[in-house]
Amino acid sequence: METLLAITIGCLVAAGVYLMLARDMLRFLFGLTLISNAVNLAIFASGRITVGGVPPLVPEGEKYPVGDVANALPQALILTAIVIGFGLFAFSLVLAMRAYSELGTLDTDAMLLAESNDEGDKA
Amino acid sequence: MAQNSDQSASFWTAASIVPPLIAAGLFAFFLSFLHPISAGESVRHAWEWIPSMGVELSFFIDGLSLTFALLISGIGVLVMLFSGKYMAGNPQHGRFSMYLVSFMLAMLGLVLSDNLLGLFVFWELTTITSFLLIGFNHDSKLSQRSAMQALLVTGTGGLAMLAGFLLIGSVSGTMELSELRGMGDILRDSPMYLPILLLVLAGAFTKSAQFPFHFWLPNAMAAPTPVSAYLHSATMVKGGVYLLARMHPNLSGTDVWLWTLVVFGAFTTVFASVLALKQNDLKQTLAYTTLMALGALVLFLAAPGGYAITAMATFLVVHSLYKAALFLMIGCVDHSTGTRDARRLGGLIRRMPITGVAGGLAALSMAGMYPFIGFIGKELLYKAGLESPASVLIVTGAIFLASALMFAVAGVVALKPFWGSAAHMPQLDRPIREAPIPMLAGPVILGVAGLFFGLNSHALQHAVTDPIVGAVLGDMEKAKDLHLWAGVNMALYLSLATFATGLVLYLFHKTLRERLIAAGERLMSFDAKWDSLLVAINAGAVKVTALIQPGILSRYLLVVFSTITLAIGGTILARGLDIGTPVLDGITYVHLIVFGLTVSGAFVAVITNSRIAAIAGLGVTGIGVALVFIQFGAPDVAITQILVEMLVVVLFSVAALKLPTLPQRLPFHNRGLHAIVAIGLGAVVTGVVIGITSVPLNMNLTEYFEKYSYPIAHGKNIVNVILVDFRAFDTFGEISVVAVAAISAYALLKQRKSGGTS
Repeated sequence: METLLAITIGCLVAAGVYLMLARDMLRFLFGLTLISNAVNLAIFASGRITVGGVPPLVPEGEKYPVGDVANALPQALILTAIVIGFGLFAFSLVLAMRAYSELGTLDTDAMLLAESNDEGDKA
Repeated sequence: MAQNSDQSASFWTAASIVPPLIAAGLFAFFLSFLHPISAGESVRHAWEWIPSMGVELSFFIDGLSLTFALLISGIGVLVMLFSGKYMAGNPQHGRFSMYLVSFMLAMLGLVLSDNLLGLFVFWELTTITSFLLIGFNHDSKLSQRSAMQALLVTGTGGLAMLAGFLLIGSVSGTMELSELRGMGDILRDSPMYLPILLLVLAGAFTKSAQFPFHFWLPNAMAAPTPVSAYLHSATMVKGGVYLLARMHPNLSGTDVWLWTLVVFGAFTTVFASVLALKQNDLKQTLAYTTLMALGALVLFLAAPGGYAITAMATFLVVHSLYKAALFLMIGCVDHSTGTRDARRLGGLIRRMPITGVAGGLAALSMAGMYPFIGFIGKELLYKAGLESPASVLIVTGAIFLASALMFAVAGVVALKPFWGSAAHMPQLDRPIREAPIPMLAGPVILGVAGLFFGLNSHALQHAVTDPIVGAVLGDMEKAKDLHLWAGVNMALYLSLATFATGLVLYLFHKTLRERLIAAGERLMSFDAKWDSLLVAINAGAVKVTALIQPGILSRYLLVVFSTITLAIGGTILARGLDIGTPVLDGITYVHLIVFGLTVSGAFVAVITNSRIAAIAGLGVTGIGVALVFIQFGAPDVAITQILVEMLVVVLFSVAALKLPTLPQRLPFHNRGLHAIVAIGLGAVVTGVVIGITSVPLNMNLTEYFEKYSYPIAHGKNIVNVILVDFRAFDTFGEISVVAVAAISAYALLKQRKSGGTS
């Protein structure tokens, strides 16, 4: 099971990296999302996975979880990571919108030219 | 230059008076060591400097360092007296005096240091102070270039020397020169001998301007005249000679040492004397004769014999005396007439008799005339050349040529301006007068000293040459006697032949100079090469910067991702990864479907050109990941994941109204490379995850949370308890991040187009 999960993570990473290397900023954002997902899964996998999946809950009337439950620690970490990843995505998206309205393009190379022209005007 | 000074400006200012007093005090201090040192003793003082590294600030006085210290401080007094008047009235006089004194102290530190690291520090201090002095007229392009050139050439050599010193330290286990002296065999037998030798020679040859590093020295004449007289004839350039003499007990005695020094020294000395004759500017002429002297000193440091070292020691003093005197004399002439052009000066003896006589005395010593100290020096050079273990022909031949040319140059510098024809003299609106006393003191005292030591050679032998030979060869008995009249022998015949040849050269020097200038156009010019070298280095730097800092996002990312791939992948390959047997147990078709969904969503996002398809693909992947979480007992995470995925889609849909569609992918040649890097990094991550999951996991923390969630935090959902109780501050930080992102996004959205807000 771990091997399969590892391969899935690898595929997500490859797809994310390929998209991030594109010149278009939207594709870059897509790649960022995919890599966030892959990293979350990798944290999850590193905490070991329990086939059959019992959530880490303390049953009614007990003081401790009973039997073999999933590892709670990575889940807590991933929860934080998902929320932060969402914050990053939302901010980047707004940044892209702003950049498009300022520079009229989402091509990162063209943005470079637009920026230096801008500086030239000011100087 | 004459315009540096105001004729009427007072000599009696702090900037004029203090430096000579400091130098005189130091000179007197070092004189007090003369008696014990000449008796063969040595003195060492040490203070802890960096105790943790065993580095001491240690000073050591023996015959060699004392001679240098006396020359530096003694000539320092005269040069500083001279510059006190020469620079008087210059608004930058205070700055100049400070540089000059700093330089003197650095130079004294260099020759007195016992620790190799201390020596290096002072060595670089002389480089820096000389940079400031050469570039003193900092608004002149020429000064800037010369200063930078001297700094780069000698600084590079200094770094090579430092590497050599560190090697010496690691081979011998000590950095103290006084301890190293007896350890010559350890260094000579070490396999590191050759690298050490080459590195130390690189330092010495750049500092002492040996061919092919000679070109910076004539350019350094852009400095004010006192600087040229002091740094570039009597002191700093002798730093390299000092280093070679200091290292002589440790590094000499091999064929590499012998032949390297002989070849470079001989070539430099002849090459420089020929070029000296070519110059019109008297200061440039003297600069090249300095190169000649440095070459001769290096040449005689090659051999281990008593004659060679005695000759080296004598010539060291001879050269310092006459060269400083002549430079100061040229300074006086320049001050009074406003020119240094050999073709124009003439007939000055009636207007400037004292300067003329003083310069004449120095020039006679330079020419090696009887009974000056220069004569003794030249005789010794010949004797040492005749018994040279390298090649009598090369060494003696080089000295003969150089001495004959020196004879002619001495005439050009000191004879012609005073006794020659005054027909080409520039017309001045003021009468040409004798230079003021502080400026005259240097040439007069140094010129007379040349005669004095010639007549009292045993004083020089007792004070200087015997102790130097003792310091270099370890045995004062090996020193040869200094005789003004040594009888009729081969050296005398050679001297007479030198005079004859020199006289002929002097008589024809105008024709020769024109020929040389004409020929010089065709000679290769190191100085011109220097500029192209700097241009090439700059162009190379621009290219490298453009390559690694192109300002193109995808290229930066490519570098980052490839580095991660190579670093981690390389480590895995190098260490070997034990992934064990693939863990494939318990896989059901549900798992396969979930994983398949996740991957296929990503695949769609990669290949599509449609924004809607891409966002749908991302959604599928997100839901797939959520399903993975559900499958393996993480419902809380799955709920969050689904909520976030929905928000992402909503946000993007809103944004899509204002954003362009995805561009068609260009048939772009880097896409293959991108795919390789992407797949490589994916594979590496897969390997890492497999590697991590195949080793045992420390469950202490998880067990702690499981054990205490309910009893002390009163929560039954352990994940929630961790988030809001055990790690509440983390969660608080996370909320802050989201809040900041939201505020920033809001600000970006509300802001009008640039410049329109405020």
